[in-house]
This record gives sequence, structure tokens and C-alpha cells, in this order.
Amino acid sequence: MPGPVYDAAVVGGGLVGSAIALGLADAGLSVVLLDEGDTALRASRGNFGLVWVQGKGAAMPDYAVWTRRSSDLWPGFAARLADETGLDVSHQRPGGFHLCLSEAELEQRAATMRRLHNQAGPDGYDCQVLGRDELCRRLPGLGAAVVGGTYCPHDGCVNPLVLLQALQGAALARGVSYRAGLRARVILPTGGGFAVGTESDRLAVGKIVLTAGLGSRPLGAQVGLDVPVHPERGQILVTERAAPWLDHPTTFIRQTTQGTILLGDSHEDVGFDTGTTAAVAHDIAARAIRTFPALARLNVVRGWGALRVMTPDGCPIYDESERHPGAFAVACHSGVTLAAAHALALAPAIADGSLRQAFAPFSARRFHVQAH
Amino acid sequence: MFRRTSDAIRPAGISIHFEGRPIVAQAGDSLAAALLIEDVGAFRSTPVSGAPRAPYCMMGVCFECLVEVDGVPNQQACMVQVRDGMQVRRQRGPAGMDGNG
Repeated sequence: MPGPVYDAAVVGGGLVGSAIALGLADAGLSVVLLDEGDTALRASRGNFGLVWVQGKGAAMPDYAVWTRRSSDLWPGFAARLADETGLDVSHQRPGGFHLCLSEAELEQRAATMRRLHNQAGPDGYDCQVLGRDELCRRLPGLGAAVVGGTYCPHDGCVNPLVLLQALQGAALARGVSYRAGLRARVILPTGGGFAVGTESDRLAVGKIVLTAGLGSRPLGAQVGLDVPVHPERGQILVTERAAPWLDHPTTFIRQTTQGTILLGDSHEDVGFDTGTTAAVAHDIAARAIRTFPALARLNVVRGWGALRVMTPDGCPIYDESERHPGAFAVACHSGVTLAAAHALALAPAIADGSLRQAFAPFSARRFHVQAH
Repeated sequence: MFRRTSDAIRPAGISIHFEGRPIVAQAGDSLAAALLIEDVGAFRSTPVSGAPRAPYCMMGVCFECLVEVDGVPNQQACMVQVRDGMQVRRQRGPAGMDGNG
């Protein structure tokens, strides 16, 4: 059945897929971006909005380097998105803090930083472990419960909702065909390409890139791609708007440019349940108030749950199918942080076929201990 | 602009202050109703654009009637009953985090 022909189909219209689609279009490919619709889990709409470097990649040095690279690409990328779409994604890179509420937590954190420092070699790892006194100098208003923390100058944040809109807007402007409400159900290798079957359509494409988050696992199985991702729920609370108060993002408290304060960072194993619970909301609020007592005076106006897309080691999976070359998987829980690197560095490697070599450490083969 | 629909019930007068000005309300009034009868104009200005706002839904949903009550910012005037001696101020933009509203 002849259908529309595209160089590439990107399956999944969240932050990862939209960034990849934009990058593929930059490389000159004709691209169709399939977005499932409002029944999708949409981690891209539930996340905290950090562009975060510190603490990542202790298990995989390449991931530490990759995350830092994306952080460095971000200022230019945000400026480009503003130029092309008129949208300000509110990117800031003032440096970020991780705050510890017990000595045990601080010691564990410091050990992670030592490991990252040692594995970074002569380049060093740009993150400081800070005692309580130094932290209090840099972050006024800390509660007595905070014993110390870490600071990394490369950490920052964006507005993730505006980012999604900007990525899709820029992709559209580059000629990407965005198809909303279209869920890929069947992917068939056709020899030299793929046929993608949706509820209503069948698309003939040259390459296929799976960026469907948790949905990539069953789709990947159809084209010889192992995408071992599982859901991990995080709940977030949002306060009413407050006057500018917190100049730096932290791992579980940050103030947006329009004044609301996000409180978050639960890690729950509850399957595909995106709901909220009073017990977790209580814990999040209590920890936030112990960290910054002034937060107690603010009202919480919203809360939600969303599912992180977790790989077994927390690092991204970038892969091309050995059995069906031209089929790619991109899966990670850092679609915000890595958006710049995905569009500017990963997508070109998908376009020119160099991904398997250039991103070898990120292959899911790392989970197959018996594969040689 | 607003007036009470019935004069039949006249509970005891309650004395409150809005922006320092004394206002007499009636026991059982919501703060929003008491201020609307006094025609005080805007209750708040928005945190983002500074636009003036006044009560809209009067039932706790729209958050347009926010005021500062006894030093506590962002109180919904429609959900608070008047109390004798209450000190009420406009909510100007976002709440401050320094304890001064």
C-alpha cells in the first residue's frame, strides 16, 4: 500500500521525540512526528524542569560528559528556539544545589561526587561539597535541619511546558509533519525501510526512531530493539506565586520565573499509576519546610503525579537495531537536560548512521551480560 | 454598586480595617461581600502583569479576591468570615517570603 513517504518517522512527540525530530530536520531529512494524544503518559508534561548535571553518570563516565555537554549547549539552543519561535523557555544556568538533611545523606552524596571527580580525570568534576555554614551564606533562609549539600555551577532550569511547545514549533517551521492523536501500533521492516501502522494510516519511512518513553519497550520488540524501561512515579506540588526568593534551583525545590515554587522528588514504584497520594504530598511538603521554613506560609495550589522513564542504570539508551538497521531507540528520563544535545548532537548521528559507533556506551547491550 | 438584598436581619456590627480605613460589616458576612458593599475597588493586583482584580466567583474557585488578612498573604476573601478587628490589605502582586506579606 503506497502512502506518504518520509525519510524518518519519530514515534513519540514528547521532549525527546520533538528534539530529535528538530535535529533530523536540521540535517535535511523529511520527518513525520507521531504523537499519541492525550491518553499518553506524557512525562514531558509532568516534570520538574531541571537542566541538571551534578550527580549524574557515576555509573557511566560517558553519561557525565554527555550531560555536561548538553548543559553547555543549552544557552545557545535556548537562544535559537527564541529566534525561531518567539518563545522564551526561561532557561537559566545560575548553578544548582542539592541539599542534605542528614549526615548520612551528605556523606553518601560526597562519596558520589568523589567518584565523579576521580573518573573525570585531569579535567576535574566541577562540583563542590559544602558544609552548613557555607551553604547558609549562599542560600539565605535555610532551616536548621540542613546539614550540608553540593553545588554545581552548570546546573539550571527551564520551563518544560514552553520548551515542548518551542521544540515542536521549531520542528514545524523546519517542515516536520506533526501528526497528533496518532499512535504507532505496528512497525514492519520492509527492506530498506519501515512501514508504520497507526489506527488510521500506514506510513512508509526510511528510518524509524522510537522516542515513545515507556511505550518504546513494546514497539522496540517489533524491530529487534531492547528498550528495558520501567515507570517510576514522581509527585510534584506547586505553591501560589511568591515574590522572587530562591535564585538557584535545587533537586527538590525550585522557583519558576513567574513565581510559583515547585516541590518534588518522590520516587515511587507504583506501576503505571499517575495519581497522587496525601501521604507522599505530606512528605514532600514536610521536607520542603524543614529545608526552607519560610515555605510554610505559602498555599499549595496544585499537585500531580507523573512517571519517569527509567532505564536499569538510570542512564540513557541510544541504540540502532542490529537486526533491522535504520530502527533506533532513544530512551531516558532526562528529556529536559538532554534536549539540546539530542537535537544538536544525537539527531545528526541518527541521520548519518554513525550512532552505533559514536554512542556505543549508550547501547542497551550493556545490560546483556552474556552478549559478546 | 452592591447593596444587601434584605434589611430584615441586622446582626451586630463588626468592625474591620481595609488599608487602614475602618469599615463596619455584619456578623456572618464573608470578607469579600463586606468589601464589595463598601465599593473598595480592586482587591489585588496580579503577580505577573500587575493587572487589578476583584471577586468573580464568590465561592472559592477563582482566586481573584485574594487579600492580606492580619499579615497573612493570599487569603481568599470570599472564604473568610469577618472578625472584629481584622486588618485587611490588598494583595499587591505575589506574596513576599520575608514575613511582611
